[in-house]
Amino acid sequence: MKGMSKIVKTIANISFPFIMIYGLYIIMHGHLTPGGGFQGGAVVASGIVLILVAHGSEWMQTKIKEHDLSLYESLGAFCFILLAFLGIAFGGVFFTNFMVNTNLPFGQIPIDGAANLNTGGTIPLMNLAVGLKVIAGLFAIILVMAIATLKKEEST
Amino acid sequence: MSIMDFLLQQSPALIIAIPLLGAFLTPVISRISDKGRNLFVILILAFTAFLVFILAMHVFETGPMTYVFGSTQNVVSNNTVIRILFEVDALSAFMAIIGIIIAFAAAIYSWSFMDNETGLDKYYSLMLLMVVGMLGMVMTGDMFNFFVFLEITSIASCALIAFRTNKANAVAAGFKYIVISTIGALFVLMAIAILYGQYDALNIAKLAQSITFSFADKIALVLLVVALAMKGGIVPMHMWVADAYGRAPASISLILIAATQASLYGVFRVLFTLYGNVITMPSISLGWVMVILGLLTMLIGVIMALIQTDLKRLIAYGAVAELGYIFLAVGTGLTVLTTPENVANIAGYGFEAIKGGIFHIFNDILDIGLLFMVAGALYFATKESSLNKLGGLARNMKYTTVFFLIGLLAVSGIPPLNGFSSKLLIYESIFQLNPILSIIAILASIMLLAIFIKVFQSAFLGPALPQFSHVKEVPKSMLLAMGIVAALIVFIGLFPDLFVTNVVEPAANALINNQEYLQWLTGGI
Amino acid sequence: MIDNLPFIAVAALIIIGLYAVLFRRNLIKIVIGIALIESGVNLFLVALGYRTGSIAPIYTSSPGGIMSYPVPQALTLTSIVIGVAVLALMLSLIIHIYRHYGSLDVRKLGGEDQ
Repeated sequence: MKGMSKIVKTIANISFPFIMIYGLYIIMHGHLTPGGGFQGGAVVASGIVLILVAHGSEWMQTKIKEHDLSLYESLGAFCFILLAFLGIAFGGVFFTNFMVNTNLPFGQIPIDGAANLNTGGTIPLMNLAVGLKVIAGLFAIILVMAIATLKKEEST
Repeated sequence: MSIMDFLLQQSPALIIAIPLLGAFLTPVISRISDKGRNLFVILILAFTAFLVFILAMHVFETGPMTYVFGSTQNVVSNNTVIRILFEVDALSAFMAIIGIIIAFAAAIYSWSFMDNETGLDKYYSLMLLMVVGMLGMVMTGDMFNFFVFLEITSIASCALIAFRTNKANAVAAGFKYIVISTIGALFVLMAIAILYGQYDALNIAKLAQSITFSFADKIALVLLVVALAMKGGIVPMHMWVADAYGRAPASISLILIAATQASLYGVFRVLFTLYGNVITMPSISLGWVMVILGLLTMLIGVIMALIQTDLKRLIAYGAVAELGYIFLAVGTGLTVLTTPENVANIAGYGFEAIKGGIFHIFNDILDIGLLFMVAGALYFATKESSLNKLGGLARNMKYTTVFFLIGLLAVSGIPPLNGFSSKLLIYESIFQLNPILSIIAILASIMLLAIFIKVFQSAFLGPALPQFSHVKEVPKSMLLAMGIVAALIVFIGLFPDLFVTNVVEPAANALINNQEYLQWLTGGI
Repeated sequence: MIDNLPFIAVAALIIIGLYAVLFRRNLIKIVIGIALIESGVNLFLVALGYRTGSIAPIYTSSPGGIMSYPVPQALTLTSIVIGVAVLALMLSLIIHIYRHYGSLDVRKLGGEDQ
């Protein structure tokens, strides 16, 4: 697909950092407020799709290839499963939250109603892994669809 | 504790987690080497098969095994079950055994069958995801978890059915499959929501304990049975089976059969375990509905198979006919359960019918799987799939001919192969319900034999055609996969009693009495 | 009557979605019908968890009072994710179908050629 006019490109460039920060905020605070991996990842992917629609898929293809996105996706999924397996390794069953109530980074127990970012155990890390996978996955879907329609326009 | 005890204790989670890990690592490994990725997939499936076997041996001896995710404390609090758990009883172990065997054979078969196609890293990823979904569906003890695994299986299957995107009819078949699958799965979710709204429980054991047969429960039962039977290919919802099985790559049709039977497993689990305490009420005649639908499926499958000219579509309609046998047999068992004066007969022919039906699931997957593998071998060697154009291939492909002969005799129920053992159990038990059913079932079997002998004659026998003079035997990995399945067919056929008493009877017992399934809840953990 | 309004909306969404899947010829409209059925079932799940006079089930600095059930909200979230994946798959298949057949009419699919 072709890009849009210069005004649209400028405004998309300006609003993209805000969308990204908002999405990352939703991912990181998934254990405190509504949100989490998929929701925040969908917001960031919407921001990336905004850039894609504004600049055009030809420009986007010079920046990143779909082949590299599958690497990020596998990385995110692999981190998620690794955290689940570590639950078995640290005594317990699959998916055990082994970081809560210890001295590890996210190990605090909240006193009621006053939770902060340091609580939650493995949940924030799993949120980050799922968020990375969702960003890579949704971006790859839209990019491939944009490339497919571009080829279709060229072939007719 | 020793390594075997550790593996056995963690095996329900590892059976799901190891193929999932493999599915996520496959795109990374396939950047390094292709043969390494094929070997990696086969090793992962072999290790999962080992775990399934040790879990099955444990469950057949000591009863259902529960595995709680997340933590072992506080599973039940305030009379609600707050954790997700897997409950593996004998029927789950039975389905898991056949699922992993056929997936292992499909992975070996794909080594050379898919050798000159592109996009193979996604193919192996999706195949491992399909195995995860299928094994998760049969091992879970939680209704919403069942729905999630059902959707994983159907999404992965659809992407694999439409794998050859350069062919128009494969993509169309994939689209039809995903539309029908999604509507079925949404009905299942609706039924789960109705059950949750009434009893505040998603766990199967907890729901089975607290279910009363109110009007909303009847709606939920109808939605669940219809939607899962739709995914299982029972008439009148059978139209997608021919397209999906016929146009998928042959190695995918293998696993697709097992995934379809897993949906039938879902029907049986809902009827006998979830609604097990109330199914004996005589106000429902669901058993007779199942019997009639099974009969119709058999007849329509066989009749439609008569007129096909495409080999894989013909085998697909044969698969539909075999599904009718399973549904008919278990429906007979259900009919016997629900009529109060016949409850004494449940130890008699009702139990035999359910044993025959469950045994036939195993045999059906093996037989139809072997036939699909032969069809794929013919396509690989000659690039033709229409019966009008094939002919005289027995000279060039000797081993494939022998395998097709074994598959043909097994599907039609000829002794001493395994189809005969399960079909004999089915004929004997449904004869005592109503003799007409047994006559129609035997007729359908005879017609299947006639159809496949016609296929054998037109594809393998006959004069050698000049355009096939260059055709050689298929590569060794495909022969190895076909050999594994054929050896299992012959083994079960020669020693059916061994198999029935050790594997099928515990599974049928676990299906009928749901008290063992509920024991962890009622007796304390 | 006003308490049953979400459930009436659920019934309306599902019936309209089923009508679109069964009776429309354009492939995109069939996909929209499936999205409508899915929205209806998700709304049903969320509406089941409401208790009269309850607040949102967020534990951080909550103003007190009874909270609605959080479990149906988690189930709905999973269902939405599955719906996104299914929709992406269906739309990608429609792009391929358009390239092969040249039209989006569902009556032109199928057939045993090639």
